[in-house]
Amino acid sequence: MILKRDPGISASEITDERLYVRRREFMRIAGGAAVLAAAAPLLACSDEPVGAAGAADGMFGAPNLPLTGYKERAVTVDEKLNTFEEITGYNNFYEFGTGKDDPKRYSGGLKTSPWTIKIDGLCNKPADYHIDDLIQANQLEERIYRMRCVEAWSMVVPWIGVPLSKIIERAEPTSKATFIQFTTLLRPSQMPGQSTSSLEWPYVEGLRMDEAKHPLTILAVGMYGKTLMNQNGAPIRLVVPWKYGFKGIKSIVRIRFVDKQPDTSWSLSNPQEYGFYSNVNPSVDHPRWTQARERRIGTFIPRPTLMFNGYADQVASMYAGMDLRRYY
Amino acid sequence: MKQAAKVSVFLLCLAPFAWLVTRALTGRLGINPVEDLELTTGIWALRFLVLTLAVTPVRRLTGWNRLIQYRRMLGLFTFFYACVHFAVYVGVDQFFAWNLIVKDVVKRPFITMGFTAFVLMIPLALTSTKGWIRRLGRKWQLLHRLIYISGVCAAVHYLWKVKVIIGSPVYYATAIAVLLAFRVLWFLRASKPLKAHRVTA
Repeated sequence: MILKRDPGISASEITDERLYVRRREFMRIAGGAAVLAAAAPLLACSDEPVGAAGAADGMFGAPNLPLTGYKERAVTVDEKLNTFEEITGYNNFYEFGTGKDDPKRYSGGLKTSPWTIKIDGLCNKPADYHIDDLIQANQLEERIYRMRCVEAWSMVVPWIGVPLSKIIERAEPTSKATFIQFTTLLRPSQMPGQSTSSLEWPYVEGLRMDEAKHPLTILAVGMYGKTLMNQNGAPIRLVVPWKYGFKGIKSIVRIRFVDKQPDTSWSLSNPQEYGFYSNVNPSVDHPRWTQARERRIGTFIPRPTLMFNGYADQVASMYAGMDLRRYY
Repeated sequence: MKQAAKVSVFLLCLAPFAWLVTRALTGRLGINPVEDLELTTGIWALRFLVLTLAVTPVRRLTGWNRLIQYRRMLGLFTFFYACVHFAVYVGVDQFFAWNLIVKDVVKRPFITMGFTAFVLMIPLALTSTKGWIRRLGRKWQLLHRLIYISGVCAAVHYLWKVKVIIGSPVYYATAIAVLLAFRVLWFLRASKPLKAHRVTA
């Protein structure tokens, strides 16, 4: 399977947005914000063209810092990007509340540094990794993906991350490992939503091993040229573009190789409405609303939803012969 | 004096709508403006429904009888916000795709509930004039008990709309349930002496 780089974009919004973002960085430097002291070496090289400088160590733990040295637009779509304000202001992250603006409002207190990720289960090299040891800067790629929420809205997001397959390779899962389970941080003192009973905490998600190793599946640490904001799942989150957004578990602290399909948070909460697979599928409706259409944030008239969110050519073969009505 | 109070309450009831229009015209709606419009108008319709249903219990518990003068206005504002809510759904959310709207109303239980709540309010709004009150006589009161069913449908509409049942949909459903419980209680009390009378007779 070949992931094509779309040659069609020359003077797109992407360039504009990056300039826009960089202007903000400049403002911040000029303003002498507190972050300057902590990240002086990073900011010092941010005037160089993207791709020239390597990412420094110890950078993924803090939100909203510039990332450099990543491969630009490794995978992209020929669609208008959503703005930074849209992507960081309209989120489902129930750890901070069920309202769409709750994550932006209430995630500021989450401390993401230091951040450790436990990799364990059926693998030869279980370990606790500091995030900066797990994510190698030279493997970072920009992936511009559609994001389709189960609630029938969508966005286009320029993630920056590493293919999950690279992390899996390092852990050397045994042949018994058929599924992979992810767990979000449990810290009610900084995640106020965890003091409510909206879901069972901590949030748990999972993938079949072939889905996890698929080249489109990434662990994202950044977005729009910067490390992730807390409301987007800082410091590290899963992105699986052909599945509904809730599969993209945020603020991951544990990755576990298992031999059974893991119970996932939404399917535990309401098994009739949310299945393990949760592939974007316009022909299988949510029991309470249609999945045939979606509203792209920033646009007005709903658009048709695409099978596997438009990634059918790359992923449909993994589900050949499966009854997708049953395995929703 | 009485007139001034009524005008003030009227303007107060209109204020949420005025604020919403202001936000819409100045581009200060949320990142998903359609959802913002739908949620805001729906919540205000629910709030006015709760206020309308609260008039009689509050009057009977406190003896503040003047409150009855505002019941019709509150009821009509409930209908007004419900109309705007429905109009936003039809015109802005679905963009007048009538075939899809009909499908939604038939197939989606939470939309069926909202639609029922709205439709049941229409005869109530139409018969809210003095002329109709006189013409219908005792039947008027009977007819206007439809608001109880409408209230239940509206509460369920919101409960079924959300992904997890927590927070505000629960609060509105609870408020409506408590206010309807008063009616049940009064009904039981009113019918008790009759029964007792029959037994002793």
